[in-house]
Amino acid sequence: MVKASIEARGDLRLTRLTKTYGDFTAVDDLSLTIPKGSFFALLGPSGCGKTTTLRMIAGLEEPTAGSIHLGETDITTTKPYQRPINTVFQNYALFPHLTIFENIAFGLRRRGQKDVKEAVEKVLNLVELPHLAQRKPTQLSGGQQQRIALARAIVNRPALLLLDEPLGALDLKLRRQMQIELKWIQKEVGLTFVHVTHDQEEAMTMADTIAVMNEGQIEQMGSPADLYDNPETAYVANFLGQSNLIKGTISGNDGDSLIVDLYGQKISLPKNRSHAIDNSTYAGIRPEKFRISLLNTETRGNVLTGGHIEDVSYIGVSTQYQVEMPWGQELMVFEQNDDGVAPFNKGDAVNISWEPTFTFALRGDEDVTAGSQIEPEVLDEE
Amino acid sequence: MGKNRTPYLLLLPGFGFLFTFFILPIINLAQTSTQTRVSGGDTGQYEQTLRFANYVDAFVDNKEQFGRSFLYAIIATVLALAIAYPLAYAIAFKSGKYKNLLLVLVVAPFFTSFLLRTIAWKQILGEEGFLVPTLRSLGIISQSTTLTSTSFAVVMGMTYNFLPFMTLPLYASIDRIDPRTLEASGDLYANGLTTFRRVTLPLSMPGVVAGTLLTFIPAAGDYVNAAILGNPNTKMLGNVIESRYFKIVDYPTAAALSFTLMAAILILVTLYIRKAGTEELV
Amino acid sequence: MTQKLKDATIPTIPIGARIQRWIGRNLIRIYAIFAFTYLFIPVAYTFAFSFNDSGKSNLIWKGFTLGNWQNPCGAPEVCSALGNSIKIGFLATFFATILGTMIAFAIGRHKFRGRSTSNLLIFLPMATPEIVMGASLLSLFLVFKINPGFWPTVIAHIVFCISFVVVTVKARIASLDPRLEQAAMDLYANEFETFRRVTLPLVAPGIAGAALLAFSLSFDDFIITNFNSGTLTTFPKFIYVSAARGIPAQANVIGSAMFFLALTLVIVGQLVNRRKVR
Repeated sequence: MVKASIEARGDLRLTRLTKTYGDFTAVDDLSLTIPKGSFFALLGPSGCGKTTTLRMIAGLEEPTAGSIHLGETDITTTKPYQRPINTVFQNYALFPHLTIFENIAFGLRRRGQKDVKEAVEKVLNLVELPHLAQRKPTQLSGGQQQRIALARAIVNRPALLLLDEPLGALDLKLRRQMQIELKWIQKEVGLTFVHVTHDQEEAMTMADTIAVMNEGQIEQMGSPADLYDNPETAYVANFLGQSNLIKGTISGNDGDSLIVDLYGQKISLPKNRSHAIDNSTYAGIRPEKFRISLLNTETRGNVLTGGHIEDVSYIGVSTQYQVEMPWGQELMVFEQNDDGVAPFNKGDAVNISWEPTFTFALRGDEDVTAGSQIEPEVLDEE
Repeated sequence: MGKNRTPYLLLLPGFGFLFTFFILPIINLAQTSTQTRVSGGDTGQYEQTLRFANYVDAFVDNKEQFGRSFLYAIIATVLALAIAYPLAYAIAFKSGKYKNLLLVLVVAPFFTSFLLRTIAWKQILGEEGFLVPTLRSLGIISQSTTLTSTSFAVVMGMTYNFLPFMTLPLYASIDRIDPRTLEASGDLYANGLTTFRRVTLPLSMPGVVAGTLLTFIPAAGDYVNAAILGNPNTKMLGNVIESRYFKIVDYPTAAALSFTLMAAILILVTLYIRKAGTEELV
Repeated sequence: MTQKLKDATIPTIPIGARIQRWIGRNLIRIYAIFAFTYLFIPVAYTFAFSFNDSGKSNLIWKGFTLGNWQNPCGAPEVCSALGNSIKIGFLATFFATILGTMIAFAIGRHKFRGRSTSNLLIFLPMATPEIVMGASLLSLFLVFKINPGFWPTVIAHIVFCISFVVVTVKARIASLDPRLEQAAMDLYANEFETFRRVTLPLVAPGIAGAALLAFSLSFDDFIITNFNSGTLTTFPKFIYVSAARGIPAQANVIGSAMFFLALTLVIVGQLVNRRKVR
């Protein structure tokens, strides 16, 4: 039984997984399949249940209901050390009393593996820190500790590698660098990675598939591009990047397109990007998809007229504009600074236009602020 | 299932030991305290008569020593707090890289037997020591004033002996204070005194409570300082209990006194903890 | 114009104010120096009088000699008393550390019914005056017709050391990051191996500290020992008994030697620890 579970391989299947603490439901009837070999991200703010899900997969938390399968093996109630699953812990959890070498060798020794030295040296080379083998964890920088934590996990060649906010403690620049390295290492060793994070950019950079979690459930799952371009809910639209959501009414059909009335102005959008259930809807457009033009200049695609520029922020690669529309809503527009055109000024009267295919439509009864008021970066949930 | 049994198995030997050699003796002490002497029996022969008046007799006969025990213990505790608090503060915030060394130095006198040090005080304060003649010639004390064998010497000795018990918990909780909170207080228009009263002291309260308890409890039951540094008029309850046991062989009275002392300490400590408003002890 | 203004605004602090400010800044340090002086006066006195050429009673300074240090067992009974104290100290430390550490793990690592009662049972011995503890234990021994002596003293010492061990080790366990144990389990160590390879090594400094504390409490105890040791003489008891007729300078030698030995041990221990961590 123990032997069987530790050698299990294959897709990870969570079936109707639930975890409650007293009255609080951390994970709510969650079902999910993570294909072997993929880089999967669980994305959401603190308290959304992503860490609890991860801990149940690792065996550190027992589910209240539901099951976890790895390939054909049921591992729901097996002990953490009986699972072919390793974790890169938040803040790394390196053993302070052991050298780097012994930290990495820890799992191999417990499994009675031979050639420990060789395996450890190989993985130290992979993370490019072979010279640190005899140091203690406290002598390492944050970035180095992060790599050692990763090495300590992947040296065991687990069926599944869990990463719990692995880059949370690093500064921004190092984080970007490690994101690229992690992605590369995942390809190199060919393991299944399950990555938990609250940082949408991190998830989008690394993962093949992202599941956005909200209140213990999966809000939407798909490739980064799918989630970004075609969010199904206001929560996803706001949590992944920023969105302009404009209240409207679906007023007609035009072949593969829907005609939507936004405060008296007609726009169109592809039918397959509408998630509305009746006539009322919110039309969604990402800020960088908008183009701004002065009155009396040529426009293409969907156009909204009558705006004027309320605020201009120059941020190097782009300029961000707040454009106030006749119905009082302020729209956000990002313009690339790549065309040598002088930026617009505060007070300019402008039109806004965009390609219809970039539009998505949400249900009209959505809370448009969902997912946008998330507290920034609260680590150490629970 | 096996999981839930582990803590009990871990507790069993230690608690078994404490039950046999701590709880049982206390129960036994309780029942000794109501015994009376066997009439016509040998010295030290007692029988159970449930004579609770033993307590009244013991208290009435020794109320002076009772009062003195608590008075001395309270004074020594307050003095120790006054000495230890700035000391602990200085070690925590002003000692830089010498922090660990200074901490060791606080504990270091422990390693010389406390009896040796108490007797050293007796000799330092004594007529043959250098202190008394010096003070006399400077006119600070009169020619007839002595320092040893006085209540002053007893309280000073107690303060001295329990000082590390006060300093260590104080240090532990002061050291945990983030110095930035003190700066923040200053930034928010609090002067030094206000910062101490409103920020430092409340944050170090667990240490104050633990330190005063660790000083007060042994001080109230102490008799060594009174025996070495005092005179017959500075006797504390501990001295009485000791002589009842060893010299007079009056076990019931000694037991009744011990019990009263323990009860009084527990009541005082409970009131104090309530007042100080902290439940997290040691 | 601007040059002039600049010169004029450079403030000069009068020397008196500067001294005042220096004292203000260093007041607490000065205070600490006085406190340390208070702590060390009797230690220095004891050390100085260990060189006194005093004969039997070491009350008055009679002249410098190294004789006491060359022959620390010169006075009758000093070394047998010391030997008893060390034996009792080791035995009490050994048992109190084992029992106390087990209790600390139970309370610090497990949630179970009766946890708060357990905490109370640990607190009670610390809240009991030594004289009550010593007297009650003696009464029990007398009831069971056990004569006071070596083993009753060891038992008494274990009783009052256990609580201090529990408190010290519990604090160390509480400061342990639970993720380290989770990481060990994650890396294929079962419960026993996790304990042996991760938990125990990380708690070890706490256990060592507790043992050191237990030994020094036991070695220095007088009150409880006095009740339960009968005719056996320990080092503190020897000093107390001989105080009336004057303590031989050899006792000062042993007291001072213990002081320096312990100080060296602690400092070396800290240096080794620092090297390990850094």
